[in-house]
Amino acid sequence: MRKKEIVAMLLAGGQGKRLKGLTRTLAKPAVYFGGTYRIIDFPLSNCSNSGIDTVGVLTQYEPLVLHSYIGVGTDWDMDRKYGGVYVLPPHEREDGSNWYRGTADAIYRNVKFIEQFNPEHVLILSGDHIYKMDYKALLEYHKERDSDCTISVIDVPLEEASRFGILNTNEDLQIYEFEEKPAHPKSTLASMGVYIFKWDVLRAHLLEDAEKPFSSYDFGKDIIPLMLHNDKKLFAYPFEGYWRDVGTVRSLWEANMDLLSDAPPLDLNDSSWRIYTRNPNQPAQYIAPQASLKNCIINEGCIIHGKVEHSVLFYGVEVGKDSEITDSVIMPKVKIGKNVRIHGAIINEDIVIEDNAVIGSTQDEDILLIDSEEDVWSYLSRNPQS
Amino acid sequence: MKPLLGVISLDHELDQLNELTYFRCGASVPFAGRYRLIDFILSNMMYAEIVSVGLFIRRKYRSLLDHLGDGKPWDLDRKRGGLFILPPDWNDPTDTSRGELQHFHNNLHFFRRSPGKYIVYSGSRHINMVDIKEVYSQHCDSGADVTLVYKQIEQLEPEHESCTRLDVESSGEVSGIHQEKDNHNIYMEMFIIEKELFLEMVDLCIAHGGSHFFRDVIQKGRGGLKVSAYKYTGYHAVINSVQSYYKNSMDLLKREHYLRLFGKQAVQTKIKYEAPSKYLTEANVSNSLVANGCVIDGVVENSIIFRGVRIEKGARVINSIVMQKSIIEAGTTIENVILDKDVLVSANRNLMGAPQQPFVIAKSSII
Repeated sequence: MRKKEIVAMLLAGGQGKRLKGLTRTLAKPAVYFGGTYRIIDFPLSNCSNSGIDTVGVLTQYEPLVLHSYIGVGTDWDMDRKYGGVYVLPPHEREDGSNWYRGTADAIYRNVKFIEQFNPEHVLILSGDHIYKMDYKALLEYHKERDSDCTISVIDVPLEEASRFGILNTNEDLQIYEFEEKPAHPKSTLASMGVYIFKWDVLRAHLLEDAEKPFSSYDFGKDIIPLMLHNDKKLFAYPFEGYWRDVGTVRSLWEANMDLLSDAPPLDLNDSSWRIYTRNPNQPAQYIAPQASLKNCIINEGCIIHGKVEHSVLFYGVEVGKDSEITDSVIMPKVKIGKNVRIHGAIINEDIVIEDNAVIGSTQDEDILLIDSEEDVWSYLSRNPQS
Repeated sequence: MKPLLGVISLDHELDQLNELTYFRCGASVPFAGRYRLIDFILSNMMYAEIVSVGLFIRRKYRSLLDHLGDGKPWDLDRKRGGLFILPPDWNDPTDTSRGELQHFHNNLHFFRRSPGKYIVYSGSRHINMVDIKEVYSQHCDSGADVTLVYKQIEQLEPEHESCTRLDVESSGEVSGIHQEKDNHNIYMEMFIIEKELFLEMVDLCIAHGGSHFFRDVIQKGRGGLKVSAYKYTGYHAVINSVQSYYKNSMDLLKREHYLRLFGKQAVQTKIKYEAPSKYLTEANVSNSLVANGCVIDGVVENSIIFRGVRIEKGARVINSIVMQKSIIEAGTTIENVILDKDVLVSANRNLMGAPQQPFVIAKSSII
């Protein structure tokens, strides 16, 4: 087979427990975002826009939606004859059946997949983040420095640094230390979970790590420290754009709200870096005479009779007369009756909200997640004013 | 459905939509925010599980070909069958066929090789949601040679004037085909016929110097065919003039029309990857259809906004149709206007048409 310079491996097996009911039946990368997308559209579109056409997607938790969504990769222009997108779930082998035990283990178990393409470099991505990034620029940087591993980093506020994998570097950005979620971070350069490795170096380290009985088989905890220990050349690549980890209900809500300003930090209308997604093929949205829309994102197939302010509506949402939706994210096909108030909430797909309901978080509460019909009822009975 | 072969003939559809059809055929005219007229018949064929469709085209087909691609949106990217786009290209010096029949005569291989015992013939100007399976089953039950599809119109409009009318007996049999203006039974330019019979009639018609299958065979009663009719009762619109285009587009702003056209099943079209539409602080939108990829900061009233349109602060779009990627700059008002694709209306202009005579701006104009 012809050689590929680079193959991407996208880690999409995570459950995303902190997203609660949103990930009850689907993996975190399949969670909806931004009115029409799923989180995984971002790394996949970045690959497509960066000219990377060979992507292995590693799945594990609740893969059904993810598998059927990705299909043969047509929507990301990855239905190629040579290369393309491959879904790679854990599988049984002669030595037994094993789940992916960690991020590094997931790649280790797919060494044969990568070897088919005989790549120079391997790009490791996670399916949990919202960002637009040119991986080609990262690859150039990596090649210029003849780096064994280049880790894309973002400058985070010091008080948040202990949530991330923190890289300590020399002035030329060569990494000498990696600390996973340090209690007392020494720097504010956080790993974005985007790595490029020289394939032969990574392969050797994966094999070495796999032999260890007590490893956690994780890139941050094991592979990176092992490479530093082995005196490999590791560099940090400073990324300056918008990047969001949407691991919690609050951060998912916030990232949706980030799209709403007049000049948003993440522009989805930029035709030079489109985010591709599976198109649900809905008719143009219908905005009724008495509707009012301000600072919102609304997808096709919506029928809006009420007032929508500072909110994101996915496709096929109906909003009845005299209803008001503010500071909320409404997932696909939600039907909202008449005279309903929804504030500061995420409403999961397919839910019906009856007439006159009042749903939402108060000022000092966190974002309210309504993830099932039962949830609506229990919420409304807890809050008798509605 | 294996017994059916789709045939879409655009040969005698005139390009009557002024600026909108200067550089494209009628079938390729954008409609309802994100579709092209041809999407409706192709979607109907898809829902009838038709896997082979021949599309006969003669001119101005660049835009149509771009839109259709390999037929994937209508499930016509098939290993066997699929979408056959057949422009005129033949050089048989002995060929005496004319008009539409030339297409059929010169593409006999298409008909012979395609699976399907029956042909569903259609044009693209009548927008409808016909259940072709139902027409087919009526056709088989009735024992007719040809089944024509018609719509009984309550209120005749100017666009119906040029349409063909049918006299339909209570038995369902067609006893007259003509252009009498007070007849409410509008023939929808769609019929079902057995393939072998169709080809036989094509030969006979060519031998008699005909050029138009419907007119020269079915209407003239050549070959003694038994003709019956299928009465269609769903959404219907004829697009054969700028006025009818504008009026039928605006009609979709009535909720019941919108639901009649879109409530049952998704109309399939070429996939674009636009972001959802965004409404900014100054947006004030009412009674309108808006497709994806728009950024709206102005006033939009009673209008249809296609994909990727930008309407800047203080701009006003009233009773208008704005096609793909057009930009309306700050402080501009347009009223009763149809803007074709990629039009730029610069700041502080006023464009005003009349409700009966909308002002049409050609593609890629800068005003």
